[in-house]
Amino acid sequence: MVRLITHNMLACHVKNCTKDNFPLSFSEVELVIRPTEENLDFLKRFLPKLDWSALVHTARSLGDESLPEEMPEISSWTEEQLKALHHVLMEIHVEEGNMICKGCGHVYPISNGIPNMLLAEHEVGR
Amino acid sequence: MSISIPTPHIAHLTEEDYEHVYEPAEDSFILLDALEIDAQIIRDDKPIICLEIGSGSGIASTFLTQLIGPGSSLVLSTDINRYACKVTLRTAQANNITLNPISCHLLNPLTNRLKGKIDILLFNPPYVPTDSTELQDTQELRDIGGSWAGGNNGMIITDVILDQLPDLLSSNGKMYLVTIVQNKPLEIINKMQLKGLICKEMIKRRAGRELLSVLRISRK
Repeated sequence: MVRLITHNMLACHVKNCTKDNFPLSFSEVELVIRPTEENLDFLKRFLPKLDWSALVHTARSLGDESLPEEMPEISSWTEEQLKALHHVLMEIHVEEGNMICKGCGHVYPISNGIPNMLLAEHEVGR
Repeated sequence: MSISIPTPHIAHLTEEDYEHVYEPAEDSFILLDALEIDAQIIRDDKPIICLEIGSGSGIASTFLTQLIGPGSSLVLSTDINRYACKVTLRTAQANNITLNPISCHLLNPLTNRLKGKIDILLFNPPYVPTDSTELQDTQELRDIGGSWAGGNNGMIITDVILDQLPDLLSSNGKMYLVTIVQNKPLEIINKMQLKGLICKEMIKRRAGRELLSVLRISRK
């Protein structure tokens, strides 16, 4: 279950891949929506940790247009906006598919909801 | 004064699972005990991002999630062993919580984004002293051997994380690390203090041949 909250924390880590290594682009994905209880207080606290632009563009690539281009001021979020964010971050699960690095083209497959971020020895940076 | 958190259910795990994934043992439980001792502090800190490296059965990630409160924090769980990632997911389901397993070496794909953001870091590392060939072989096989073979002093894998730790922890961040006496915990404490972190031995306990400790390493 790769949710967008997790995806927002993953970058390509192939040796010498330092440009456009985040966010990874989804392709050929199988999505499952799993409704889950909201914790809007947690979401508010999580906002400063997010890369907003990466989240918005990733959500749009998966067909969800509910988030605004610019992140609203933390104090001005409405309950409705937070619920939309909850859905995008916590309820959309990528079960199968690939995450592709826009910089180097490396493909990280997802199967049974688990992302495979392992690299071969010669691809490891350190 | 202390908070009691139920031990996670692991009865769904089978003998076959334990051929590929480390079965929770004394070193797993001492880590849960350390978290339980700090339960109130951890809850008061309201951790936002937590990470367990080498989650294995998923018992510690599950326990931490239950301690903080399901849905109140993001708990990421990595393991180099893909079978362990699947088992971690099953353990989460058996305990009605959500975990986020990632198959990778240490925290490599997360390092960029998690710098200075980790509030709680759990690591029950491969701490058994072995020769370097055994360490390399078990890491490459990505199976159960990787859960214990630790190379020289049992510290080769742990040191990779300790060296990065000052860059990883948030201002309130804490790491809970399982060690055995052969890892020279006192040397670890000195080394981390030289890096400007506070390091304390929380529990020390003999379990069979192993003298186990949990160290808490924090900024303040």
